[in-house]
Amino acid sequence: MAVTTSPERDTVATPVQRALKEGFYAGAIALGLFVLFIGLKTGQNISNELVVTTRWILLAGVVIATAVGRFLYVAYALPFMASQKIANVATGVLPDSLASRFFRFPAFVVAAVVAVILIAGGSYLTPVLGPFFGDFARSLRALSIVYALACAIYYFRAFIHANFTKLGITVLVLYPIVVVAILSLMSWSVVAGLQGSLKWVDNFGIQILIYVMLAWGLNIVVGLAGLLDLGYVAFYALGAYSYALLATHFGLSFWILLPTAGAMAALWGVLLGFPVLRLRGDYLAIVTLAFGEIIRLVLINWREVTNGSAGISGIPKVSFFGLMSFNVSDSNYIAKVLGIAQSGAYYKIFLYYLILGLCLLTAFVTIRLRRLPVGRAWEALREDEIACRSLGINTTTTKLTAFATGAMFGGFAGSFFAARQGFVSPESFVFLESAIILAIVVLGGMGSLVGIAVAALVMIGGTEALRELDFLKKGLTWGDTTIIPGFGPDFTPELYRMLLFGMAMVIVMLWKPRGFVGSREPTAFLKVRRAVSSSFTKEGHG
Amino acid sequence: MNASTPMNNAILQVEHLSMKFGGLVAIGDLSFTAKRGEITALIGPNGAGKTTVFNCITGFYKPSEGMITLNRADGSSFLLERLPNHEIPARAKVARTFQNIRLFSGMTLLENLLVAQHNKLMKASGYTVLGLLGFSGYRKVEAESVELAKHWLEKADLVDRADDPAGDLPYGAQRRLEIARAMCTGPELLCLDEPAAGLNPKESAALNELLMDIKNTSGTSILLIEHDMSVVMQISDHVVVLEYGRKISDGNPQSVRTDPRVIAAYLGVDDEEVETVLIEVGDENVIEQLDTGPDAAHGPGTSSSFLAGPVTDTVGHSEGERVTVSKGASKAAQVDARASATPRKPSERATAKPAGKPPTAKPRGGRK
Repeated sequence: MAVTTSPERDTVATPVQRALKEGFYAGAIALGLFVLFIGLKTGQNISNELVVTTRWILLAGVVIATAVGRFLYVAYALPFMASQKIANVATGVLPDSLASRFFRFPAFVVAAVVAVILIAGGSYLTPVLGPFFGDFARSLRALSIVYALACAIYYFRAFIHANFTKLGITVLVLYPIVVVAILSLMSWSVVAGLQGSLKWVDNFGIQILIYVMLAWGLNIVVGLAGLLDLGYVAFYALGAYSYALLATHFGLSFWILLPTAGAMAALWGVLLGFPVLRLRGDYLAIVTLAFGEIIRLVLINWREVTNGSAGISGIPKVSFFGLMSFNVSDSNYIAKVLGIAQSGAYYKIFLYYLILGLCLLTAFVTIRLRRLPVGRAWEALREDEIACRSLGINTTTTKLTAFATGAMFGGFAGSFFAARQGFVSPESFVFLESAIILAIVVLGGMGSLVGIAVAALVMIGGTEALRELDFLKKGLTWGDTTIIPGFGPDFTPELYRMLLFGMAMVIVMLWKPRGFVGSREPTAFLKVRRAVSSSFTKEGHG
Repeated sequence: MNASTPMNNAILQVEHLSMKFGGLVAIGDLSFTAKRGEITALIGPNGAGKTTVFNCITGFYKPSEGMITLNRADGSSFLLERLPNHEIPARAKVARTFQNIRLFSGMTLLENLLVAQHNKLMKASGYTVLGLLGFSGYRKVEAESVELAKHWLEKADLVDRADDPAGDLPYGAQRRLEIARAMCTGPELLCLDEPAAGLNPKESAALNELLMDIKNTSGTSILLIEHDMSVVMQISDHVVVLEYGRKISDGNPQSVRTDPRVIAAYLGVDDEEVETVLIEVGDENVIEQLDTGPDAAHGPGTSSSFLAGPVTDTVGHSEGERVTVSKGASKAAQVDARASATPRKPSERATAKPAGKPPTAKPRGGRK
């Protein structure tokens, strides 16, 4: 052999050697990238002069964290992950999975005991342990609760997987009750518990469920029929304004206007559907996008009717089927009828169950429709439109029913939104909303109700949770000394949510290109129902 | 041509069908009849316009001229060129398959066959409303549909894979599934576009069996495009041969097989080879005529005949002799020209001469 090998090639670098090198490179790249982003900050002083402040400590922290992270990943994480895939020579079994080693039963018992003790003695923590160790104990309590719950989920994962839908619905139904109960227990006061539940029920519960419903509605158009609709928020707006205008001007009840708003949105779905029937793919997306913008611009400019950008306020609340009202001044106010304390939380809890009911209706109708010929025709249309026509399926009416059904659920959600907010303005119906709804559908897996619900929870719940990240402002402190400085009181984590949103989408799309649930459940079977792998289903082309 | 055929006997009558795409004549004045209960094969070289004929019959194209009549068994008849695309399978009961298989690949085999029964199920589900409310009438009809789907899955030998996605099937099975799906629409005329393309001999034999079974048991007439001569000759009762959008032969498989024009068109042979082929076929009459003197100058040019305008360009000359004007690449026309034994005057030759270049035996490209 005339090949001469270089001496470096013969010696294989150990993981640590390689990790040192890669850690150094990662640190250098991070330094190059962030020296201007983080190291220097421009601002203005009192006399409007440009000043440059340097943040070398922060820069050093970021660079060192990057380098160390890369070092640890290459030196320890990669060899560990590789060893997880190597079976034991003697027994032929793979090593225990990471999760089963992490969730040990004795540890679970310890965590549960710690959690119970600390919860029971919750009110004595600070007096007994002092402020610093009291905080520490509370963190420990939170950690042990999380660990115990994670263990329970891990042990029952097969059961949870098998009964995901039933469990999910049960959790959703019990959610406000549990929230109120826990908060009441923590403060030993039902009124305070109700007051505290507002955030959890309204900001998290209702907000997420509205998006679940919107995404399930759009799923009919995009996920089942394969028609890319970028203007879905238009139907949401139509539903909201239908309720807002008819309720404020004619004083009609929500229960009459809910179906009216749905029908109105469905009608507009058909009206939009007609001209765009011939369009496919990108062209369809552009026209639907334009439709969404047209609706928004009409809402802004048709001041006589819609009150322009100022919006419509004073939209009446939903009543409990006319039997009880949620207005304190009314004679049949719920607290007066039932003889309980006044609280704004009743209305939010009622709205929560209302939107949960609407969501379940959407899911029920979608599941039912999928097993009916029209639903199969939608999916067939997504798979191959020409073959559909060769089988005698009227593709025109099939597309129109998909548009109308999707729009109808958008309209329902819109009228609910108007009733919940008490105020609508065109600001709420910008293109970004359409994009978020579509992102939820794509992220969840087109056509899959469970996947979409999980995606809505992650996306909307995640952005809501970002509002809770106060510690980023304060930083990490030990008593009075600051260990890691925070970003200061001006820092608003929720402004970064779009950034995180985008990053999350990129990561999920790399990890699961067809969304959380990519497989498709067949609508009929002869012997056994087997999920169809995502590699066979098509996304549709318009 | 077969306008005199009794109505009840002909399931499909194509009369003077022309299809033009701009200046390109894909089909020129085509007439043929498919008889009820028979397998009619439509054959021809690549680019002959066979699939275009199918697309006209099944409503994917609206023909430029001509009439396509479909007579159903119950006596009603439909002018297919006037029906909207999706009503042809629904009302006229014409089903088709595609040259490049078009299955719903993400749906299971059973679902594919249920989608094919859409119109029946739609009616049973009260146009979705009653089905959504859970009326039992729909469930009964759906059970019947599943039974029908199972019946055709058994015929196509696919019942074991009923719950697998269609995209997971091997190629030959996908072909059979597409036929089963078309049969689930309950058609009276089944149009198959190259069902044997890409099949191995064993699969091809199984396909023959399936088609004969369909013909014999379901009473469905079949119109077939095929290149695989073993399929065409074995199962078809009637063969129509197209070349460059014109019909060049029509008859039973035996007569078509020996038609020199078909051979020339199909094999795309050289001048000398035409003779060889004819000798092989044993058509002495034609050989004699060929001996009388073909002239290279009057031979075909390189241009494609469908660029040369409709068939009316064939002009009658003063002497009563018909000369095809610039019917460039048509091998059948070439044989025709040779068969007409009358020698031509040089002046006439000049007028009739296309851009002369000896024809070649290369397979012709063209519209597909």
